Amino acid sequence: MESILNIRNVNKIYQSAGRELKVLNQINFAIESGSTVAITGPSGSGKTTLLGLCAGLDRASSGTVELNGIALEKLNEDERAAVRNQYVGFIFQNFQLLPTLTALENVMVPLELRGAKNIRAQALDLLDRVGLADRSHHYPVQLSGGEQQRVSLARAFSNQPAILFADEPTGNLDAETSEKVIKLLFDLNQDAGTTLVIVTHDLELAARTSRTIKIKGGTIISDENHSYAE
Amino acid sequence: MQNKIPRQRIQFSWLFKMAWRDSRKNRSRLLLFISSIVLGIAALVAVYSFKDNLQHDIDAQAKELTGADLVLDSRKGVTKAMQKMLDTLGNERSHEKTFASMIYFKKGGGSRLVQMKALKGDYPYYGTLETIPLEAAENFQSGQDALVDQTLMLQFGAKVGDSLKVGDISFKILGTLVKAPGQTGIAATVAPTVYIPMQFLAKTNLIKTGSRINNKFYYKYNDPSGVDEWVKKNESKLESEGFDADTVESRKEQTGRSFKDVNRFLALSGFIALLLGCVGVGSAIHVYIQEKLSAIATLRCLGLKARHAFFIYLIQIFFIGLVAAVLGAVIGTGIQFLLPVVLKDFLPVEITMRVSWAAVAQGILLGLIISILFALPSLLSVRKISPLNAIRISFERTSQKQDPFIWLVYLLMTAFVVGFTHLQMKNWIQTLVFTLSIGIAFLLLILLSRVLMFMVRKLLPNSISYLWRQGFANLYRPNNQTLMLTVSIGLSTAFICTLFFIQGILMSRVTLSSGSNQPNLVMFDIQNTQKKGLDSLTKSFNLPLMNQVPVITMRIEEINGKTSSADTSNRRAYRNEIRATYQDSLTAAEQIVAGKWIGTVKPDETIYISLDQRYASQIHVGLNDKIVFNVQGMMISTVVGSLREVNWSRMQTNFRVVFPAGVLERAPQFHVLMTRVPTNELSAKFQGEVVQHFPNVSVIDLDLVLKLLDELLGKIGFVIQFMAGFSMVTGWMVLISAVLTSKNQRTRESILLRTMGASKKQILAINAIEYFFLGAFAAGAGLILAIGGSWAMAKFTFDAAFVPPFPATLLLFASVILLVVVTGILSTRSILNQPPLKILRSGS
Repeated sequence: MESILNIRNVNKIYQSAGRELKVLNQINFAIESGSTVAITGPSGSGKTTLLGLCAGLDRASSGTVELNGIALEKLNEDERAAVRNQYVGFIFQNFQLLPTLTALENVMVPLELRGAKNIRAQALDLLDRVGLADRSHHYPVQLSGGEQQRVSLARAFSNQPAILFADEPTGNLDAETSEKVIKLLFDLNQDAGTTLVIVTHDLELAARTSRTIKIKGGTIISDENHSYAE
Repeated sequence: MQNKIPRQRIQFSWLFKMAWRDSRKNRSRLLLFISSIVLGIAALVAVYSFKDNLQHDIDAQAKELTGADLVLDSRKGVTKAMQKMLDTLGNERSHEKTFASMIYFKKGGGSRLVQMKALKGDYPYYGTLETIPLEAAENFQSGQDALVDQTLMLQFGAKVGDSLKVGDISFKILGTLVKAPGQTGIAATVAPTVYIPMQFLAKTNLIKTGSRINNKFYYKYNDPSGVDEWVKKNESKLESEGFDADTVESRKEQTGRSFKDVNRFLALSGFIALLLGCVGVGSAIHVYIQEKLSAIATLRCLGLKARHAFFIYLIQIFFIGLVAAVLGAVIGTGIQFLLPVVLKDFLPVEITMRVSWAAVAQGILLGLIISILFALPSLLSVRKISPLNAIRISFERTSQKQDPFIWLVYLLMTAFVVGFTHLQMKNWIQTLVFTLSIGIAFLLLILLSRVLMFMVRKLLPNSISYLWRQGFANLYRPNNQTLMLTVSIGLSTAFICTLFFIQGILMSRVTLSSGSNQPNLVMFDIQNTQKKGLDSLTKSFNLPLMNQVPVITMRIEEINGKTSSADTSNRRAYRNEIRATYQDSLTAAEQIVAGKWIGTVKPDETIYISLDQRYASQIHVGLNDKIVFNVQGMMISTVVGSLREVNWSRMQTNFRVVFPAGVLERAPQFHVLMTRVPTNELSAKFQGEVVQHFPNVSVIDLDLVLKLLDELLGKIGFVIQFMAGFSMVTGWMVLISAVLTSKNQRTRESILLRTMGASKKQILAINAIEYFFLGAFAAGAGLILAIGGSWAMAKFTFDAAFVPPFPATLLLFASVILLVVVTGILSTRSILNQPPLKILRSGS
């Protein structure tokens, strides 16, 4: 199967208080198209930094990140934005819904950015699939945490991304709501055939993916495929 | 396989849609932020509208300003040749002699120095002498009647029909003079006018040797189109005869020019308010963008390009700025109706107020430019917001220094301030002085606020109670308002206090001059024959003869062998009449700074005169230069023997030119006598006697001058304070905006404190302490600037000592603090009344 994400010899170094802080050290892996992968590790291990590099939110200090065949390190910020809009979906721990937009408008934004037409029906359909068709005109502040994350899921799938990055998608939710959101995430992912990369502490959630990359101190300490993955 | 980078096609309309969506729930807040500029715009629109209307009315009423098509005036006597020419001009002509004289109200016994106008002819030809009753203006020349200015009538409780003594004869008051062409209310207050018919002037016996008379000749032409050309053609002849010409056109220009200065001052006052507002806008937009950081980062994650994010917020600022500018223009258009009321005493024309669309357009454009320009530093940072902020809330801030555009924006801001000031000033030196002064004031206030933050941080003792520590710490902790409030409140306090102090300096300077040992009554135009008699009269009232000097009127004929026609670059020296004296010794107000003082001169010896050093430099003359004086026909050659520094603020007769004794004793001269009268009653009685026995002698009552000056300064002060008020209110609006801007941070902290058990009272106390010190510091910083500026002006401009008026300063200081504390407390109080949980939830 073809790789959608290729990470080769990636290092990330930050300058902090006049000294260098190496957050990622010689990271190498590839993710096949349509697969589900979990990146796990303790706090401060570098997993969110890695997600930022994979999704084109930041640049590696050295090494290459190739997403859908495009070498991100060669692109400027605006070109990376276009790549994100075209191929990438995001789910954030704190939902990151735009507070001044309704649920429907939040879902429409990625499509609008792409310049797509007649997107309202498409967005409403997605909200319906996450069970929030009747809340489409509500603002984020009028929705519960679980509902906000469901809107976030609808938004993430709205531009039919090639790869979806989820950063601790259940980190701000209670157990019951988490279960519902995760089920929805995997269902939608399966339907869309999207590659899913989840950054999480939650080992149970990681276990539901087909592969887990463990990271510690900025280095990959294990990379395992799960035979029992859903 | 290398895929192609996708192309994004974002339509401009979507950016507008997104700007609209993003501004939801923030619009009233944005409007509040930007409202800081509303009053500045309003002030400028009001001033511009007023300027337009004034110019329009000056154009429309220019003929009424001069009252004639041509006015020729001279302080010199009229030569026969000139008189011949004067008699041939115009189709209708009038003649007026103006001079200072005492009048005496027979009924009430009051007397006062006035501007006497003896008139012959039907002047004014345009406009009218407005009198009560109306017909008095037309009829007063038929009999021995007078028109008396209404301020005089009021002052002495005189009525139409009363008798008025002018010189040796009496006139019946036929009417009250309300307004004369071109006369302003302030001129009437300072020098009230009395009109008498010219035919009775000689009988008054007021015109004596040395009397300072201004001859005015008014002409009406059936076809006035050639008047300006005639004046141009005869300019040199008129000048050589000592005549000035005034036409409708020249008066129009001259009046417009004098009001340009007033408008310039008004516009700059409005501009200061606007700049103050800009500080508020810049700061508030910065906080607004900081709060939007997460939303912008999310949009960037979803694929929004940096420049599109920038445009979304630029569009918001553009429209909110437009709303503020329109609001400012509407308020300004309303305020312009107040300006004629504020300035009524200074206006020579009737103002007809109308909406000036040009002023409105200028105001709106200015509002838009300013909103965008001062929001740009924050807006530019939007381009630098990384999408990483969406996953890492504490992602490092982008350094503004690295953005070259930020320097371009700062350059544009400076260019805007300098350019706008130059548009008002039309003079680069004044522009630089103004912008540098404002810049230095800003920098000093920034410096002072930084010093405060540093000092509080370093000196705050741990031993003081928690409430005080927390309140003080709020002055330097992140998201503090110290810098912004110090600048905005400090600058407006400085502006208002400086105006107040300068008014005080001017008043105290005059008051000091009239201290208990100083003379308070000056009598001049005393003829040689009257000198003894007046001395005796003064002594009979037990009044001291404090300063008696002779005065001789003369002109400069030659300087170092050059006459006025040869010395064209120094015309001023030859043109003006000089009043000189002779004395054998220097007075206490004089000090020789160059050369040697020679007190007496023998016949045939060189006459060494002494000049005031400033006057000498004005007429480009130094030591040993030769000057020939024309003393009423007799040429006297002199040499500049010494230069004196003269203390003009001393209440005594001072002279630019002093001759030694032994030269001018027999020249035509008059005398000045000064005395001190202890009470108002005695002063009135004494003045009455002087007018009765020596009608040509003029008396200046310095107590009255003081009163007039106080009134005049009060009126000017009112105009200044009216404009300064815009800055004060803008400062207050910036304060409200600043308090509400940082409300979110303060509120969250307050709620957390409440959750941990702090009472509402304790939290209010913490806020009150913070706002008290902020207010105290901002007002204190403003006062320091005002005191420094006033001291410098007192020392270098007014040559006076400056002591700030303690009680008034304290009151102003306390008022500013109170305003800051009350505004701060009121804005946080509402939050404290809500349950903590509600706010914590909404905050998350």
